[in-house]
Amino acid sequence: MVHPIDSSSIENSLSLFHQMYRIRMVEEEISRRYPEGKMRCPVHLSTGQESIPAAFALSIKKNDFAVSTHRGHAHYLAKGGDLKAMIAEIYGKATGCSKGKGGSMHLIDLNVNFMGTSAIVGNSIPVGVGLALSAQLKGTDQISCIFLGDGAVEEGVFYESVNFAAVRKLPVLFICENNLYSVYSPLSVRQPKGRSIANMVDAIGVGTGTCNGDDIYSSQKLMQNAVNKVRSGTGPYFLEFSTYRWREHCGHDFDNDLGYRSEKEFLEWKSKDPLINLEESLYKTGVKLGEKVDSIKASINSEIISAFKFAETSKFPDQIEAYQDVYAKEELSK
Amino acid sequence: MTKKTFSTAINDALHEAMRIDQSVICYGLGVTDPKAVFNTTSNLEKKFGSERVFDMPTSENAMTGVAIGAALNGIKSVITHQRIDFFLLAMDQIVNGAAKWHYMYGGQSSIPITIRLIIGRGWGQGPTHSQNLQAWFAHIPGLKVVMPTSPEDAKGMLLSSIFDPNPVIFLEHRWLHDTLGDVPSGDIRVPLGKAKIVKAGTDITLVTMSYMTVEAVHAANYLEEKGIVCEVIDLRTIKPLDWKTIMDSVAKTGRLLALDSGFTTGSVSGEVVARVAMEKFSILKSAPTRLAMPDVPEPTSLALTKGFYVRASNIAEKVMDMFGKNTSDIKKDLPEPSPHDVPGEWFKGPF
Repeated sequence: MVHPIDSSSIENSLSLFHQMYRIRMVEEEISRRYPEGKMRCPVHLSTGQESIPAAFALSIKKNDFAVSTHRGHAHYLAKGGDLKAMIAEIYGKATGCSKGKGGSMHLIDLNVNFMGTSAIVGNSIPVGVGLALSAQLKGTDQISCIFLGDGAVEEGVFYESVNFAAVRKLPVLFICENNLYSVYSPLSVRQPKGRSIANMVDAIGVGTGTCNGDDIYSSQKLMQNAVNKVRSGTGPYFLEFSTYRWREHCGHDFDNDLGYRSEKEFLEWKSKDPLINLEESLYKTGVKLGEKVDSIKASINSEIISAFKFAETSKFPDQIEAYQDVYAKEELSK
Repeated sequence: MTKKTFSTAINDALHEAMRIDQSVICYGLGVTDPKAVFNTTSNLEKKFGSERVFDMPTSENAMTGVAIGAALNGIKSVITHQRIDFFLLAMDQIVNGAAKWHYMYGGQSSIPITIRLIIGRGWGQGPTHSQNLQAWFAHIPGLKVVMPTSPEDAKGMLLSSIFDPNPVIFLEHRWLHDTLGDVPSGDIRVPLGKAKIVKAGTDITLVTMSYMTVEAVHAANYLEEKGIVCEVIDLRTIKPLDWKTIMDSVAKTGRLLALDSGFTTGSVSGEVVARVAMEKFSILKSAPTRLAMPDVPEPTSLALTKGFYVRASNIAEKVMDMFGKNTSDIKKDLPEPSPHDVPGEWFKGPF
């Protein structure tokens, strides 16, 4: 049942819509063009999981730090990362955010303190904790946000990182997107039945919160409260959102035909799509608002078209670039 | 100049680095405990405070990642592990992360971290407290590997490592910790990537590193009495390796024996032999060769380590053999020290 939106939350709802719709459309455009074979690197799309990065985008400051995973497009965009540079990176162009050396799984935008993503599950978690340590040492009010999935929780480095963050009361926000699958392996073969990831983290001594990612407003409230709490200096916090990736683990297509999950399960999650629900609510609230939604969509769609055009028309790096930047050369100060 | 031990030289370097640069921090298991990692981290916490000098959870992998993250925001971490073998738990962060960060993000970020790893030997250190894995680290593009022998180099190269913009693996051999040498005071930097000719010679080039240099010099002194003048090159840095010094020396001597404290297969000495063979084949007077540890884990028992290590006698024997000379007296002239499993009287165990 879609309800009209309360007048006091219209601006916020439009912002959420903007974030979610932009991430969705970027991922879907990658998906649409991927079979052309010009984006020659593995891509892990977040279609279906947009509510969490959208809530994140509206809760953090530009100078807060963030790191993410192989499925990191959405987090990069939500942190304010440059869209053109990301698409160019996936196309392997010199104008890419990592000059074509990282691809989809190694995104960075230092202008907005999006510090990196990793192709190795759990690899960026301690890096995010180290960024928090640096903020604490320098006495700034920055927080460090670490995106991870349910699979990363099974890595030893996850416990090590949460533990150290707790010991030193570091300003870290762990954001776990639990989408139920690690590649094609369901939670049932990876974690004991009935376990709550959040409860487990709670037992380590870190405050936690959980939320259904399809509930966009609750997700946003939880995210904002957690960000405020971490910024207040009380130590790390851990959030677990339930969500669902619509497309295949890696690549552009759907993969329900493989049989590792059912079409029925997929359709159930899809029917709860927070983006479509929000869009319908906005249209239902009034004609004027509907026009604003249309204008947001038009502007995002044209932004995406120009980002792909930028990527397609950018130059490839020179071959010599392959051999450069293995070592940092400049002498550090002091 | 006052003579100082290798471990005091390390301690000097850490004090100096932390004094001149606020962004240097130092952590690791035991760095603030009463034994202060063989006295290498003495008084650091007292002087610079517990924010910058701290003990850590037993989490080698995460704590390496923490250094990477902190480095992205300008913090230079020096991490210490009491044995290199513990650091194997951190291979993901050092190999997939630190080594590649600068490259895979198009040169935008650098990771100025220094990992101090101590290599054990003897006194029953056994299979997992005695590994010399310099070749492993040297295999990874993006890492620098430093392995000093003298106290002066220990200090000067640790300072250079800390202020190098790249991740540096800094290997300290436990048997060197109490060796004495002149150590200049202040901020003395010994550049990375430059080998040192510790003994000039004309007849054969001995390429060596870390503790093996001590054995090489013993052997060279003995060989000189026998009329063979060795040039002993202490690599000091394993990556980047100073090929020029090696090639210039081999051009002069025409002979090469590469020594290594690591296992034979895939060793740094194998790399040295290969390159010299490829580049200097036409001027070599005999086949280039090497002496490294056997492809066997180091055993624990006192009985089993007898005759197990590459000692001065093995080096001398190999060289004499290359010159076609009689080797029958060497074992008598250069007997294995007794006990054979400690570097000297000072070492009373346990590690």
